[in-house]
Amino acid sequence: MEMKLKDVLREKKPAILKRWFDVILETYPAETADFLKGQKDRFTGPVGYTIYEGIDALIDGLIEEMPLEKASPFLDSIIRIRAVQDFSPSQAVAFIFQLKRIIREELMDEAHGTLYAGALSAFESKIDALALVSFDIYMKCREKIYELKANEARNMTFRLLQRANQLYGIQEQGPNVETTNLK
Amino acid sequence: MAKVPKPEELSKIDYKPSKKRWMDTPVEFKEGMFCHGTRAKYLETVGFPNPREWSSKDEDWKLPENWKEIVLEAIKERLGKYRSFRLFMDICVRCGACADKCQFFLGTGDPRNMPVLRAELMRSVYRRYFTAPGKIMGRLAGGRELTYDVLKEWWYYFYQCSECRRCSVFCPYGIDQAEITMIGREILNLLGLNTDWIAGPVANCYAKGNHLGLEPHTIKSNIEFMLDDIETITGIRIEPTFNRKGAEILFVTPSGDLFGDPGTYTCMGYLMLFHELGLDYTWSTYASEGGNFGFFTSMEMAKRLNAKIYAEAKRLGVKWILGGECGHMWRVINQYMDTWNGPADFLEVPVSPITGSRFDNARATRMVHVAEFTADLIKQGKLKLDPTRNDHLKVTFHDSCNTARGMGIFEEPRYIIKNVCNHFYEMPEDTIREKTFCCGSGAGLNAGENMELRMRGGFPRANAVNYVHQRYGVNMLANICAIDRAALPTLMDYWVPGVKVTGVHELVANALVMKGEKERTQDLRLEPLPGKEGAENV
Amino acid sequence: MGALFSFVAVILLILLAYVGVEVAGMQPIFGIVIPYAAVLTFIAGVIYRVIKWGRSPIPFHIPTTCGQQKSLPWIKQNKLENPSSSTGVIGRMALEVFLFRSLFRLSKSELRDGRLAYGSDKWLWLAGMAFHWSFLIVLLRHIRFFATPVPSYLNLLESLDGFLQVGVPRLFMTGIILLLAVTYLLLRRFYIPQVRYISLTSDYIPLFLIMAVASTGILMRYFFKVDIVGVKELTMGLVSFNPTIPKGIGVIFYIHIFLISILFAYFPFSKLVHMGGVFLSPTRNLANNSRMVRHINPWNYPVKFHSYEEYEEEFRKKMKDAGIPVEKE
Repeated sequence: MEMKLKDVLREKKPAILKRWFDVILETYPAETADFLKGQKDRFTGPVGYTIYEGIDALIDGLIEEMPLEKASPFLDSIIRIRAVQDFSPSQAVAFIFQLKRIIREELMDEAHGTLYAGALSAFESKIDALALVSFDIYMKCREKIYELKANEARNMTFRLLQRANQLYGIQEQGPNVETTNLK
Repeated sequence: MAKVPKPEELSKIDYKPSKKRWMDTPVEFKEGMFCHGTRAKYLETVGFPNPREWSSKDEDWKLPENWKEIVLEAIKERLGKYRSFRLFMDICVRCGACADKCQFFLGTGDPRNMPVLRAELMRSVYRRYFTAPGKIMGRLAGGRELTYDVLKEWWYYFYQCSECRRCSVFCPYGIDQAEITMIGREILNLLGLNTDWIAGPVANCYAKGNHLGLEPHTIKSNIEFMLDDIETITGIRIEPTFNRKGAEILFVTPSGDLFGDPGTYTCMGYLMLFHELGLDYTWSTYASEGGNFGFFTSMEMAKRLNAKIYAEAKRLGVKWILGGECGHMWRVINQYMDTWNGPADFLEVPVSPITGSRFDNARATRMVHVAEFTADLIKQGKLKLDPTRNDHLKVTFHDSCNTARGMGIFEEPRYIIKNVCNHFYEMPEDTIREKTFCCGSGAGLNAGENMELRMRGGFPRANAVNYVHQRYGVNMLANICAIDRAALPTLMDYWVPGVKVTGVHELVANALVMKGEKERTQDLRLEPLPGKEGAENV
Repeated sequence: MGALFSFVAVILLILLAYVGVEVAGMQPIFGIVIPYAAVLTFIAGVIYRVIKWGRSPIPFHIPTTCGQQKSLPWIKQNKLENPSSSTGVIGRMALEVFLFRSLFRLSKSELRDGRLAYGSDKWLWLAGMAFHWSFLIVLLRHIRFFATPVPSYLNLLESLDGFLQVGVPRLFMTGIILLLAVTYLLLRRFYIPQVRYISLTSDYIPLFLIMAVASTGILMRYFFKVDIVGVKELTMGLVSFNPTIPKGIGVIFYIHIFLISILFAYFPFSKLVHMGGVFLSPTRNLANNSRMVRHINPWNYPVKFHSYEEYEEEFRKKMKDAGIPVEKE
């Protein structure tokens, strides 16, 4: 990245972070957003905290050109939360794209946008890459939820089956079935 | 081309600029946040009102004509029967101290999950129909009409509360939302409004003796599977007894331990420990449930299920009762059992046959918590323990809501863990002991269809586990609750992969050096013990 | 909405007293009839409340345990947070009533961005303590108006309260603290989102009322001086059941006493009864000893449960096949 843009972004980071956090909060119902905003403590306000810490690290990662695999845990921590909240898939990940608008507007303010047009579009393509990863993460989270539901249900039906077998005098469980399912 | 929405528009679809007051905001049933309505057959088994097929998603819940009358009459009756209820309806000042103490509020951000507001759902109706200002001034005095929507709101939110009592710790007047939720659910049950996940276990437990509906021979055979595994691991064949008259001790544990992992490992732990001690005890297939989903239904139902424990102790002629690791079971035993079904004058004050310690704290109920029992054994040096067998585990302990805030059993399990494990780390102070967070699945919320609710309600707990996981490499979450053992593995799998879940007595049995055992190469999960893999070949 | 309504209501009450006294000359109504009626309502109302609460039994033993239980002798019990004896309960209640123990369970804060983030609960605790204690002391100070001679402990109390020795008449700290605390309690209802969301009209009324009571009191003492001798004559008349209306007491006194009367009369029918309720709360005032002593539920009744006989009847064959002993072969 062009050094100049990096410096400007570093300087603008607090403003960008604040606006991004606010934009994310706006995706929640008003009462909820107000509350999340106040969540400063890691343990007594974990949702607001996790989102805030996550985007903080993501912005740093983008500016400091962190490799994608290193940034994705932070993305994961945010999307993992949004994947179990009342969002459609597009709503759950839309916040990534909003970062582009925020950064453009922040730079526009001081007419930097035109100055760094080239560097900026390179920067934005990194945000796009994050967005793509976020789809993967979202899908993984949802799949996980269904897997967890299925696992719990299967554990139950397995035992039901086992019981049924005994009812009909089928004592043989097959050691493999038994051990794999007990584990 | 159609106008493509901008990202910010897209994500705002759900955004409600609702600065409306809560009474003006109708309840919205959100997918993943509520359970299926109960099937008729479960209600019929226990003789509950209004059995019918219905779905919580339906517009029409097929309520009796006079449902409103039933509800108001029920509130009136309970105001006269419970000082707690009447007081908690009157004295809240809405200071907000409880607001951010509920894990369901922390996880969902839904304002009606603030304990104070969950209580106001009921309180507003109380004011409208049972207080003079509310009758005269209605809304102005905080009163609200009881409507069909209000009833649905009650159902939705009283089944989003795990009765964990965390709010009551912080309330300056000790207002306990669990109490209001319990009464709310009791009233809903008068209209046949339970969840399938609660009513099913209740019916099972009533008819067959346990939540899972395990019949006597199945209980025995399930335990026999465990005995086979124990033999594989230790080379020792254990032969427990069932429904044996004249045993000194009756052992009662939640049936979850007989059935699902990792509860079964905890159960193996009990079997091994009691065998090693040569304890004169028996299992019962009739009183084969320590847990009590009736407690999540109505006081009367809870009492009907709980009655079997004393009845069985009396029939078998035991001297006292030992209870396994379970959360709400112990709230029930500590705070309700003797009142409902006592006095237990046919039993004796419990004395440990191994150490001779007299459990004076259980001198009326005559039922001892297995963690109290084992802590005493360890303290008196009666167990030979090799904690290095748990060296591959970095353990933290989750206090279960009910044993924490409805009993106060904090040190016993910790003492045991510290004696059987070398690596123990506490989670942050605000998230343990009396301030512990719920697993998100208590009080009958551990169904499948409300998985999102469970994951969100459990997030504050998982978040604290994640902290010790990252900081100390904690990989095992110990607890003394069967619902925890059922629900936390799922919670961990989603939020903190790499952390497994265990009962305390699984850890005990892993460390327990038994007389005549072979060199152990596997733990109770039949997984190789690190550092002992090659031992078998030596 | 609720706040505005409450504010307007209190203003109207003030106007009512002003008009009643200044224009209509109804001093006897505002100085004698209403105060008597208010005190009667207060006493009757509180008795009614307490009886109503007291008549509902405590069927179950449900203390919220906030510390280690009493179990094995070598495990240290937390006798205050999880009492097992009456002494412990008294200690726990004392901490609750005098020091607001539960509110003090503030969230532990931690460093973030190099700054210490405090939980808001400590502020609530502080404001609650400041509010209730200063209110109590202000009330006690008013005994001066109802006793001749003035008891000596009141002089001590007043000299402590006014130790700053600012101005004449001496500035009492509690009056100012009361006003500040009540203002904080009001502001947090405006500014803390979740508290704003849960607040009802009946949460604002007492705040504005108390604010008005405190303000009129302060105005009367330091700014619009009233005829203090006349006031005492009136108040002594009230307690000796020989009421009189001395001439020349300023209207602000009547406003003050009218607002207090409203507060007294309102007390038993509002959330203000929490003051009495805290003593009765079964999650706080019971010892965690229900495994040691059987708690009796006065309405306990027999229930139908699935008996062992019914159970064996249903499963006898399966039990016998599995080698589980049965009663009847």
